[in-house]
Amino acid sequence: MSAAPDIVIVGAGIVGAACARECARAGLRVLVLDRGPVGGGTTAAGMGHIVVMDDSPAQFALTAFSRRLWQELAPELPAAVEYDPCGTLWVAADEPEMAEVHRKAAFYRERGVRVEVLEGDDVAAAEPALRPGMAGGLRVVDDAVVYPPAAAQHLLESQENARRIEVRPGVTVAALNEDGGVTLADGTRVSAGVAVNAAGPWSPLLAPGLPVRKRKGHLVITDRHPGFVHHQIVELGYLKSAHAVTADSVAFNIQPRKTGQMLIGSSRQFGAEGTEINAEILDRMLRRAFEYLPGLGRLSAIRAWAGHRAATPDKLPLIGPSLASDRIWLATGHEGLGITTSLATGRLLADQVLGRAPAIPVEPYLPARLGKGDTPHA
Amino acid sequence: MNSARLSFDLVVVGAGPGGLAAASVAAERGGSVALLDNSPWLGGQIWRGEQARSAVPLARQWIERFLASGARAVMQASVFASPDRGVLLAETPAARLTVRFKKLILATGARELFLPFPGWTLPGVVGPGGLQAMVKAGWPVAGRRVVVAGSGPLLVAVADGLRRYGARIPLIAEQAPQLRLARFAAGLWRYPDKLAQAVAMKARLLGIPYRAGVWLRRAEGGERVERVVLTDGRRSWTVECDLLACGWNLVPNTELPRLLGCALASGFVRVDEFQRSSVEGVFCVGELTGIAGADAALVQGQIAGLAAVGETEAAREWFAERSRWHRFGAALTRAFALRPELRQLAKRETVVCRCEDVSREAVERCRDAREAKLHTRCGMGPCQGRICGAATQFLFGWESDSIRPPVFPVRMESLLTASEHPKPVSNLSDPTS
Ligand SMILES: Cc1cc2nc3c(=O)[nH]c(=O)nc-3n(C[C@H](O)[C@H](O)[C@H](O)COP(=O)(O)OP(=O)(O)OC[C@H]3O[C@@H](n4cnc5c(N)ncnc54)[C@H](O)[C@@H]3O)c2cc1C
Ligand SMILES: Cc1cc2nc3c(=O)[nH]c(=O)nc-3n(C[C@H](O)[C@H](O)[C@H](O)COP(=O)(O)OP(=O)(O)OC[C@H]3O[C@@H](n4cnc5c(N)ncnc54)[C@H](O)[C@@H]3O)c2cc1C
Repeated sequence: MSAAPDIVIVGAGIVGAACARECARAGLRVLVLDRGPVGGGTTAAGMGHIVVMDDSPAQFALTAFSRRLWQELAPELPAAVEYDPCGTLWVAADEPEMAEVHRKAAFYRERGVRVEVLEGDDVAAAEPALRPGMAGGLRVVDDAVVYPPAAAQHLLESQENARRIEVRPGVTVAALNEDGGVTLADGTRVSAGVAVNAAGPWSPLLAPGLPVRKRKGHLVITDRHPGFVHHQIVELGYLKSAHAVTADSVAFNIQPRKTGQMLIGSSRQFGAEGTEINAEILDRMLRRAFEYLPGLGRLSAIRAWAGHRAATPDKLPLIGPSLASDRIWLATGHEGLGITTSLATGRLLADQVLGRAPAIPVEPYLPARLGKGDTPHA
Repeated sequence: MNSARLSFDLVVVGAGPGGLAAASVAAERGGSVALLDNSPWLGGQIWRGEQARSAVPLARQWIERFLASGARAVMQASVFASPDRGVLLAETPAARLTVRFKKLILATGARELFLPFPGWTLPGVVGPGGLQAMVKAGWPVAGRRVVVAGSGPLLVAVADGLRRYGARIPLIAEQAPQLRLARFAAGLWRYPDKLAQAVAMKARLLGIPYRAGVWLRRAEGGERVERVVLTDGRRSWTVECDLLACGWNLVPNTELPRLLGCALASGFVRVDEFQRSSVEGVFCVGELTGIAGADAALVQGQIAGLAAVGETEAAREWFAERSRWHRFGAALTRAFALRPELRQLAKRETVVCRCEDVSREAVERCRDAREAKLHTRCGMGPCQGRICGAATQFLFGWESDSIRPPVFPVRMESLLTASEHPKPVSNLSDPTS
């Protein structure tokens, strides 16, 4: 790249890649820096479930919009991305959970999200491996699954805009500068109009005081057992203990991959910095999964690992200019939904950088909402 | 699933020469000692199946000594994780074992290095060690033509064994040049052991055609391998066969020591004079610490076994003998070093990762093993890079990717570790991933 880029993005995870794609599409010249390979951070450690969620109106707006962007992108995705519109099946173990199924169903239908309510027998027919006696479930038809590192690669390489993006893997950034450029670990300065911090769970290291905390998650991948489950299946069982949520928690969540393998999650822990396996968490997570899928225990596991989500106090990402400087931008804090919301993040970031009318209201995601960035949340 | 808890002063993993020696000498001095191995037999790669027939005097001697030592053998137990300091998890066909130890000696040995070449995935192309094990277990080879190719002393030993079971060996093709082998053979007088002498000489003495400086270019056939194309660098020719047994020396099984955090140096576990690794209380012996054969492993095993029970003075008495075998190992490594031409065997479309069907072309576009894994799936399959990882290390000089439990595939339920009495599960307010 001869002239200085318009925008330099730190982090070639799925979020940085999506931001690069949208900015390049709008004609900007983009430089993407990562200390590792493309998609080698959290993007390689997560599950790749593209899912609509409704914890808050803003979360729903972002996930639903972003899922639509994934659906639009789907026809051009290469096989390596393993896009699979398998849908989500939220399973209800009992009647109180079934009430939640009906609430969710009504909420989604009103907003144009395709859903089907399943009774107990339908759930058993749809997923015979589930333990008998489920009360029912909710099928969210258009949810999907991708393989995130390949998706990040595709976003950076896809034909129309690739030549405006330069990716430099193996480059560590030491600081984002108030004049819009960055300083590399070796002292080199790279100038640019705007610098974007898309460093995922490591973003606070480049933005001291940023209210983003690491939230650890474990996953296990099985050998190939095609046809064992057909949807991404997630429990609704959290409702009963919602008031007793501790810092460490687990839930049943399983994902079929196009390879015939399955990814099994999930766990959440604050204050666990390393990526080593925590035996007790893994134990609890798997026991929970076996409760739902009694046959799972006899299938073969080939690898277990852990990664870190970038968590914010209000569970919404930070997309927009930072409080530190209007030339240092943020695209981080995506917690457990960054694969889903990456495309919307790219769009909203580009809209703001270019001064376009935002595709959806952007206020809930602006960094300014959390107040001065110099008071980290507990 | 059954699960059992065991606890010992000393646990030894791997029942080859190194592990047998370590467990025996330690148990003879009291204390509780267990020896775990994933196969049903004592003896490891080299002495596998010798237990009943006892054809090899040294094998008989050590297996008998072990059986008399008071150490406990836990067979068909594959150690796959270490969830905590002083704890190993192992899987047997029937149960999951939680094994506690105060001291640990790892003797997990080595496996053959397989290099990709056109045709290497054809049925009938096998590893020499693997074929040997199958034949010992009763798989028939009588009357079959087996070309043995690759590198290392193992080729001769395997060919000899196959012939005893009735196979015909048209050729042993050793990639190392004749001159280097001759120099190696000339130095062998220093090592009295007959086996060592035999390494380079045996083939000819046995009347098996043996050619040094010859390597494989490809294997051909329809349903299965029918012939191989060999070269000496100047000309190429074809040899008809029913089976091709090929392997290029050995690579250490460092997965478990790496999982435990033991530091490596040049691909082997780094140990001090008492075979202690960088991790407190964990010793490593045998091929893990350098390829030097069974005799070296026996001596290292005794040193580690003695040191682990505090008999450091007794251990010292073996140092001189160990040095001798280390020199032997160094000479072996020099003699059988792989020639650079082997890096070119795999063509662009040749599969490098067999589990995931990834071609050389795809892998070569990446900068390192981790990138290749993320973007091509190379090394993501059930073998977790055991085969292709060693190959890409040779082909491209890549370091292997991070090690994660389980060290090899296990039943999901075997991963349940922590609590036999789990605390009540607290669920998420947000159950998505
Ligand atoms: C959908 C999906 C399917 C998968 N399928 C399989 C499969 O079939 N088989 C399989 O084996 N695996 C699979 N994986 C697992 C996956 O690729 C890795 O195992 C996972 O990324 C964890 O990596 P690791 O154990 O190698 O740890 P690593 O990734 O090696 O941990 C390294 C971490 O440290 C960070 N880091 C790097 N350098 C530095 C530094 N200098 N300072 C600080 N931090 C640094 C990196 O960003 C990274 O997060 C799959 C993953 C996904 C997402
Ligand atoms: C267990 C688990 C399961 C998950 N499951 C899902 C799911 O099913 N669906 C979903 O939507 N989301 C899921 N997520 C969340 C999702 O994976 C993340 O939100 C997403 O990957 C974040 O992408 P990112 O680009 O922001 O971060 P990353 O992928 O971490 O990218 C940040 C990049 O910045 C680089 N970097 C950091 N510091 C520097 C520096 N100083 N210099 C240069 N480069 C640097 C890193 O190397 C890294 O590549 C899951 C997460 C986890 C941990």
